[in-house]
Amino acid sequence: MDFATIIELLDSAVRLGTPLLLACLAGLFSERAGIFDIGLEGKMLMAAFFSGAVAAVTGSAWLGLVAGIGGAMSLTLVHGLASITFRGNQLISGVAVNFLASGFTVLIAQSWFHQGGRTPQLSGNARFEPITLPGADAVKDVPVIGQIYNNLLSGHTILVYVAFAMVPLTWWVLFRTRFGLRLRAVGENPESVDTAGVSVIRLRYTAVAITGVLSGLAGTYLATGLAAGFVKEMTAGRGYIALAALIFAKWRPVPALGATMLFGLLEAISNRYPNIDLGVVNLPIQFMQAVPYILTVVILAGFIGKAIPPRAGGQPYVKER
Amino acid sequence: MEKTPKWIDVGLIPLLNLLIAFVISGIVVLLIGENPVQAIKVMVDGALGSPYGWGYTLFYATNFIFTGLAVAVAYHASQFNIGGEGQATLGGLGVALVCLAFPWPHWSIALLAAMIGGALFGAAWAAIPAYLQAKRGSHIVITTIMFNFIGASLLNYMLVNVLRPRGSMDPATARFANSTHLPTFHDMPLIGQFFGKSVPANISFFIAVLACFLVWGLIWRTRLGYAIRAFGRSESAARYAGISPVKIVMAAMLISGGLAGLMAINNVMGTGHRLVLNSVEGAGFIGIAVALMGRNHPFGVFLAALLFGFLYQGGGELALETTIPRELITVIQALVILFTGAFDNMLRAPIESFFVARSKAKKEA
Repeated sequence: MDFATIIELLDSAVRLGTPLLLACLAGLFSERAGIFDIGLEGKMLMAAFFSGAVAAVTGSAWLGLVAGIGGAMSLTLVHGLASITFRGNQLISGVAVNFLASGFTVLIAQSWFHQGGRTPQLSGNARFEPITLPGADAVKDVPVIGQIYNNLLSGHTILVYVAFAMVPLTWWVLFRTRFGLRLRAVGENPESVDTAGVSVIRLRYTAVAITGVLSGLAGTYLATGLAAGFVKEMTAGRGYIALAALIFAKWRPVPALGATMLFGLLEAISNRYPNIDLGVVNLPIQFMQAVPYILTVVILAGFIGKAIPPRAGGQPYVKER
Repeated sequence: MEKTPKWIDVGLIPLLNLLIAFVISGIVVLLIGENPVQAIKVMVDGALGSPYGWGYTLFYATNFIFTGLAVAVAYHASQFNIGGEGQATLGGLGVALVCLAFPWPHWSIALLAAMIGGALFGAAWAAIPAYLQAKRGSHIVITTIMFNFIGASLLNYMLVNVLRPRGSMDPATARFANSTHLPTFHDMPLIGQFFGKSVPANISFFIAVLACFLVWGLIWRTRLGYAIRAFGRSESAARYAGISPVKIVMAAMLISGGLAGLMAINNVMGTGHRLVLNSVEGAGFIGIAVALMGRNHPFGVFLAALLFGFLYQGGGELALETTIPRELITVIQALVILFTGAFDNMLRAPIESFFVARSKAKKEA
């Protein structure tokens, strides 16, 4: 494998890892606030559809982005109502959200576009175009550094750079602001937050709203950046892989970057090399596809460092009287 | 403490929730420019209007009874088994291996062996998440989700690389021998005259009904069932009473996985006569809606499975006769899960307080 191939693989790992990263950070805000979210898949799908549909109709990727975030937000509101206001089972609500998105997107897509549950192909301004970083063309012939700059760092859509910027931002918000401290507290011990006179309900709604925005970005990137339009079930389990990455990263932003890029790289490798012959064993493509899930189970089992979720996760908060 | 009458808990509230789910679905149908009344008519005609329709409705219901019971049994032990899909997938593999392994002389023997094969494979797929939950505290919801994906990959590998007959391009097993084909409703005495040859409902339906009775007996009439329910209500109380949490979680999940795996006698052995990719078609997930709707009681599961069988078959007819895609059923399914599951308190809290207040007022009067 030569250097150029490695760069190409890493480049496609960044592309494939970006929706996972955005969805993973989305899940991080919700779960750190004590709201389990297995509905990331559904929110991404809803965002992918609405961004694709609006971008197709208006010809503007930016309007698509607004619609995508709106789509994800509508499901976030459902999940928030179920798990915060009605104190229902958050896991059941997540399952419902996923099915709602899976059925609703196809139903509306068919009704609006009559193309068998997809949106029209997007082109031009309806997609987020790759951005060439300053000076990338000039240095493209410089060995190693120039290649890395031109082929790996430059040439992604704005959403990729936003996703990467979200990592330090998330870290800063969670660990360096008062809001972040309260958010983490409400996921570990909501009684203490309540005692301090801060509204648990409002904090949790704020957290799931951030989840809505980020999963909206993730879905929008799928339909208008990575692909050119929405197709039925286009998230293809990415919401669950993001959930796996979140556990893998033990609910922390910087490891989340590592985990999602690792899973992105795995996908890039299995796209490029369907079968990997290691000499001793031949790894089939199906194994490569299952690796993120297997790794998550191993991590959950606590054989390689234990993953401990936020303590109040999944429990509705009942105010004491 | 005042208690609300039972008919409200198991009758009125689920029905009201179902009604809301249907009303919203009707609004969705209106939004996409179709007539909801017409849609209901097409669904009822298609699913219940002919023996042909009933044959399909009961065929789908058979799948959902198995997966619904699977979710219900685990739920009694307060385990949310979201892995019915993967367990049923593996059950299919078990059934296919049994059917292909041996030239079975008669379908009845083959069926018994296939039931053991399907249940064992399904239970095995539930065993690892169950063990990890019981011994290492790994959240069963996440591990069973992961096992759904791992199961799909495993089946894909088995079909493409191992079980595919030489020279075939299809990722599917060889056809099962004729001697393993189960009798359909058409082949049965008494009812056979009503059903046509193409009807997929088969003897598995009666096995599913039998499974309802057995699960009822297990949960409410055996020592193990008592332990499962006690554990599900309060883990600490059960532990104090000498009930081993590891044993209960394992037992409940193995039974649950076995029931999900048993589904394969219907969809793989009963009609497909070979194992293909994605033969479960989401039935494992529908089991969640069925168990919620049926309030985890086998009789409720039976009724809810019939309802979803009707929706599934009716939805298929809808896609044929109108421009409404069959994904409408996914939306209805989601709304049923949402309202009977996650939004349950929305109606329950006000209705219960209304009845408590009324019975108090009566006493005082």
